[in-house]
Amino acid sequence: MLSLADVSKVYRVGAFGGKTMTAVDGVTFDVDQGQVVSLIGESGSGKSTIGRMILGLTAITKGSITFDGAPVRPGADYYRKVQGVFQDPFSCYNPVFKIDHMFQLIRQIRPYTQEKLEESISSVRLEPGQVLGKYPHQLSGGQLQRLLIARALLLDIRLLVADEITSMLDASTRIDVLNLLVDLKARGLGVLYITHDLSLGNYLAERTVVLRRGVVVEMGPTEKVFEDPLHPYTRQLLAAVPRLHAPWEDARPAGCGVHSDVQPDPDHYVACSCEKEPE
Amino acid sequence: MITVDGLRVYYRTLKGDVRALDGVTFDVRDGEILGLAGESGCGKTTLGKSLIRMDGRMKHVAGTVTLDGRSLPIADDAAMVPFRFHEVSLIPQYSMSALNPTRKIGRMIRELLKARQAPYDEQELHKRLELVGLGVETLERYPIELSGGMKQRMVMVISTLLNPSLLIADEITSALDVSTQKAVATALAGFRDAGFLKSMIFITHDISLTYQIADTIMVMYAGKLAEKAPAKTMVTAPRHPYTQLLLNSLPEVGVRYGQRRLAGIPGSPPSLLNPPDGCRFRDRCPLAYGKCAEEPPPVEVEPGHFVACWKA
Ligand SMILES: Nc1ncnc2c1ncn2[C@@H]1O[C@H](COP(=O)(O)OP(=O)(O)OP(=O)(O)O)[C@@H](O)[C@H]1O
Ligand SMILES: Nc1ncnc2c1ncn2[C@@H]1O[C@H](COP(=O)(O)OP(=O)(O)O)[C@@H](O)[C@H]1O
Ligand code: SF4
Ligand SMILES: [Mg+2]
Ligand SMILES: [Mg+2]
Repeated sequence: MLSLADVSKVYRVGAFGGKTMTAVDGVTFDVDQGQVVSLIGESGSGKSTIGRMILGLTAITKGSITFDGAPVRPGADYYRKVQGVFQDPFSCYNPVFKIDHMFQLIRQIRPYTQEKLEESISSVRLEPGQVLGKYPHQLSGGQLQRLLIARALLLDIRLLVADEITSMLDASTRIDVLNLLVDLKARGLGVLYITHDLSLGNYLAERTVVLRRGVVVEMGPTEKVFEDPLHPYTRQLLAAVPRLHAPWEDARPAGCGVHSDVQPDPDHYVACSCEKEPE
Repeated sequence: MITVDGLRVYYRTLKGDVRALDGVTFDVRDGEILGLAGESGCGKTTLGKSLIRMDGRMKHVAGTVTLDGRSLPIADDAAMVPFRFHEVSLIPQYSMSALNPTRKIGRMIRELLKARQAPYDEQELHKRLELVGLGVETLERYPIELSGGMKQRMVMVISTLLNPSLLIADEITSALDVSTQKAVATALAGFRDAGFLKSMIFITHDISLTYQIADTIMVMYAGKLAEKAPAKTMVTAPRHPYTQLLLNSLPEVGVRYGQRRLAGIPGSPPSLLNPPDGCRFRDRCPLAYGKCAEEPPPVEVEPGHFVACWKA
C-alpha cells in the first residue's frame, strides 16, 4: 500500500536559507493494508517530517513515496484515502468557530449524515451532545484530539498517519483510542503510528521503526525490536520508559549489532553503531 | 508546607457554574513531591491555577489555602502578587510555547526578575543551568532555537530561581520523548533535593512517570479527590475502584493487544455543570450500590492513605 524508498528531506535553514539541515536521511519502509507500523524516535528525529511528506504537506528532497504504486499527489482523491491527525489539537481549530465547523470542512471531500457524524464521535467515546455546538476553548485537549480522530474516521480512509495523537490523552482514553485503531486495523486500515511512547507502539504495532536524527537505526517485527534490541540507541530508549513497578534503570550495554556474533533475523534490520555511540 | 482545606473553585459560564474543583482537602509537606493524576478535565489544572492565579472566569467559592503557616489570599489577585513566583511558582501546561520569542533568554530572565523586583544572581543562575545540563551559552539563544526538552528545563530553572516554597508543574513532560522526560523529571527531583523548592505538585496523566519521582500520589475524579496514598501503595494496593481501573488501563512495555487486550473505563466523567449527587464515579463504577447515592467522604484507611469510596 504505502511505500517509502530511500526518502530524504533537507530543509533550508538560516536567515537566507543559506544553510541546510538533513531532517530525514534515506528512509525506507512500507505500511501494508491492515498493518500498524510504529515510528519511534525522540523529538526532532524527523518523525513528523516523514508524516508530512506522506501526506504531501511538504516536498520530498530525494527518494520516493508511493501509495498503491503511484507517487503521492495531494488532492481530494488522495485525501479520501489518506488522512493525518497531529500532535497539537489546538492548532487544528479556529477559536472563533464552534467545533462543528471543523467537521464541515471535510464535507467537500466526502459528504456525511448527522447520524454518521454522531456515530464517529461516539466511537471515540465522546457524547455528541456534550461536544457539538461548543467552542474549542470549552473543551479539554483530550476531547479536541479525539474529535480530530473522529473526523478522520468519518472519511472511511485506508491509511491514517497518526502523529503523537495519544500524547495528550489520559490513560483510560488512550487505551480506548489504541483499541479503536486495533479494530480499524482488523477492518483493513493501515496506520503509521508516530510516537515517542514505546509502550504504546509496542501494544499495537506489528512492525517498529526506530529513527534517530533522521536515520533508521533499527527496524523489524515489534517483538524482536523490543525483546531483543540490538542497537545501543534502542536500548537507551527502552531503559528510559517509566515502568509502574520498577524504578528507572540504566540501559544494558550493547556492542554494534552488525559487527558482532549476533546474527539478527533477516527481517530485523539494525544499523551499524561502531562509530557513533549514543551520548 | 501547604495545606488545602475544602477548596471549591468554579468557572462562571453562561449556562451556570462549572464545578471544576469541588471540595478538595490535602496537604504537601516540606520536601514532598505530590503527584497529581486523573482523567482529562478532572480539575488538575484548575487546582494548580487556583493556588497561583485565578483567571477572570474562575470563582473562589469555599475553602482555604495555608502556605507555611500563612493564609494564601487566592481570591484576591492583587494580594497574591507578593506570593507569586516568590513563594508559589507554576510551570503551566503548554508553557514551552509561552517563552517570549523575540528576546534572547538571558535578557528575558533579567527583565523578568526586574519586573518582579527580585535580585539577579548570575552565578546562581549559571550553577542551576549546569545542574539541568544546559550550557551557560544557552542564555544567548532565542527560545525558538531550543528543543522541547531544553525549553522545559529552562522554564524549570526560571520558575524556581527565587526558591519558592511550592512549585506546581502542570504536564510539563507530556510532550517530551522518553529520554528527555526522564532527564526533566530527574532534574525536578534534583531541585527538591538541592532545596530550590520545598514542596512540589507534579501534575501528569502518566502514573508510571509520577511513580518514578513522587512521594505521594493523589488521584482526582470529576473535581474531587478519589484517593491519596504513598506512591508505592498507590500502584501496588489501590483501594478506590477508579484508581484500580485506571491502573489496569496502562500499557506497560511488553503488553501487546494480541496477548492481553487492555480496557479503558467505560463511560465518561459526568458534566461538571450540573454534577450528579452522591459519588461522581457512580455510573461507571462496577461496585456501585444504593449507598453510593450519598457522597463518600475521604477516609484515612491507613496512615497517609485516603480513599473516598463507600466500599473501600
Ligand atoms: N474557562 C473555562 N470555562 C468553563 N469551564 C472550564 C474552563 N476551563 C476549564 N473548564 C472545565 O473545568 C473542568 C476542569 O478543567 P481542567 O483544565 O482543570 O482539567 P485538567 O484535569 O487539567 O484536564 P487535562 O488533563 O485535560 O489538562 C473541565 O470540565 C473543563 O471543561
Ligand atoms: N519547516 C522546517 N524548516 C526547517 N527545519 C525544520 C522544519 N520542520 C522541521 N525541521 C527540523 O527538522 C528536524 C526534524 O523535525 P520533525 O520531523 O518535526 O521531528 P519529530 O517529529 O521527530 O520531532 C528538526 O531538527 C526540526 O527542527
Ligand atoms: S462510592 Fe460507590 S460508586 Fe463511588 S467508587 Fe465507591 S463503590 Fe463505586
Ligand atoms: Mg513531531
Ligand atoms: Mg490540565
